[in-house]
Amino acid sequence: MVPFDLVSPRNLRDVAESLADGRGEILAGGTDLLDRLKERIDPPARVVNIKSLKELYGITEDSGLSLGPLTTMTEVAGNDRVRHQYPALAEAALSVATPQLRNMATLGGNLCQRPRCWYFRSNDYPCLKKGGSVCYAVTGRNKYHAIFGGGPSYIVHPSDTAPALIALGAQLEIHGATGKRMLPLHDFFQGPRENLLHENRLQRDELITRVQLPPAKESTRSTFLKFREKQSLDFAISSVAVALDMDGDTVRDGRIVLGGVAPVPWSVPAAVQQLQGRRLGSAIDDAAEAAVEGARPLDENGFKVTLTRNLLRRALQQLAQGKADAR
Amino acid sequence: MSKIHISCTINGEPQEFLCEARQSLLEVLREDLGFTGTKEGCNDGNCGACSITLDGVLVDSCLVLAVEAEGKQIVTVEGVAGPDGLHPLQQKFLEHAGLQCGICTPGFLVASKALLEANPNPTEHEVRHWLAGNLCRCTGYDKIVRAVLDAAGQEN
Ligand SMILES: Cc1cc2nc3c(=O)[nH]c(=O)nc-3n(C[C@H](O)[C@H](O)[C@H](O)COP(=O)(O)OP(=O)(O)OC[C@H]3O[C@@H](n4cnc5c(N)ncnc54)[C@H](O)[C@@H]3O)c2cc1C
Ligand code: SF4
Ligand code: FES
Ligand code: FES
Repeated sequence: MVPFDLVSPRNLRDVAESLADGRGEILAGGTDLLDRLKERIDPPARVVNIKSLKELYGITEDSGLSLGPLTTMTEVAGNDRVRHQYPALAEAALSVATPQLRNMATLGGNLCQRPRCWYFRSNDYPCLKKGGSVCYAVTGRNKYHAIFGGGPSYIVHPSDTAPALIALGAQLEIHGATGKRMLPLHDFFQGPRENLLHENRLQRDELITRVQLPPAKESTRSTFLKFREKQSLDFAISSVAVALDMDGDTVRDGRIVLGGVAPVPWSVPAAVQQLQGRRLGSAIDDAAEAAVEGARPLDENGFKVTLTRNLLRRALQQLAQGKADAR
Repeated sequence: MSKIHISCTINGEPQEFLCEARQSLLEVLREDLGFTGTKEGCNDGNCGACSITLDGVLVDSCLVLAVEAEGKQIVTVEGVAGPDGLHPLQQKFLEHAGLQCGICTPGFLVASKALLEANPNPTEHEVRHWLAGNLCRCTGYDKIVRAVLDAAGQEN
């Protein structure tokens, strides 16, 4: 591993101070950061271990659900409230990595993990995202890259929990030097056109201190489906998170968010529009078609368009058959 | 680099060591403390050969900083066998020939032990699901899964 200074702040003010000069990065579960420190991929000079901050742990019930950013994927996936009221999140958390890694991987880290683009992860390629001048994916191997929202970088956002949390309407509590603010998770991510170097809108002195889910409604059905090449462990080639507010069999409103296909979790309101006011079972194909409209695949990833359309179709079919009710 | 002093428990015995912030727990276990049963396969979280438990929680030690062992109870494969000899899992791995080159075996033993402690009677599906973080390039997994299923129930 590259050498770094390790600091263990005792409170949130110290965290903000340790991050303020832009040379520090938070250590949570370490499953992404340690790999970057070993491989020297954009490594920080200072590592800020937040694990002694008790307020960042645990799941507490208020009108909705409040999850500490240090909650592990295992805890999220195993929590009864999450499983029964926010199934899309439980399914997403359970689909992350392996049992070992889920015991380590935190929710905050899952939202803030860096891209998996193989050029980004290799030191031989000083690409745009690392301050260089080329995106090697454009003319190189781009089977796993973006089909939406790409350019000038074509990364896909690797998080599985982000699409689920956005579909469920999550908000983030964020702390920095000047105090705290709330931000809908939907507005947290930013694409390469807005900012090439940072995948989210955290200021450099800020961290996520809470993930807040709104009260679950009886009438909401949600699910998360992920396609991966290898069943044992793999990042999503494409994933879909769906949360629908139902009036019987008819869709009132909802959110559909795609993962693994764009530099940010990709919301598709056009697909929801196809569903609104209709019986879910009769609108599935229209919604799936609308979801992939405007996709702009690269040379090697056109298959992701078909895959994503069919994955959404399958997710909607499951919800139409009342899979969520059986939970 | 200044060294950091760490006290922890490894396989029930108190241990102290000095390490650098940038050392992984896997590195310290193997290189400095001689617990070479814990293997390094990928060093990046993919293979599970470095599996240990930290306060009872199954983790990949290659992605844990050694300093994070402070105050913790660590169990490595060296702690799987009891005073009376092999753990039932070890015995069943032998009987079912659940290993060939053996590089993955310590990780599988530690992971299966953690599985059986949480779920003493897993189904085959559950065994496969909970061992998904351990790669084996030799056996094709079936013999490992059978060994774990056979060992289940003999735990206590
Ligand atoms: C083999 C392997 C397979 C994987 N498979 C998947 C997968 O299928 N799906 C998936 O989504 N991920 C996967 N991952 C990626 C990663 O393990 C997870 O995303 C994990 O949840 C990251 O959390 P962490 O706590 O370990 O993060 P860390 O490594 O500790 O941190 C990751 C990043 O987030 C920042 N960060 C952490 N917490 C906060 C906070 N509270 N506020 C602000 N910034 C913060 C850190 O500074 C760092 O930049 C995989 C990783 C590996 C090694
Ligand atoms: S897709 Fe982004 S991370 Fe990958 S090579 Fe292009 S600029 Fe770099
Ligand atoms: S060596 Fe740790 S997971 Fe492979
Ligand atoms: S026995 Fe060789 S890797 Fe499993």
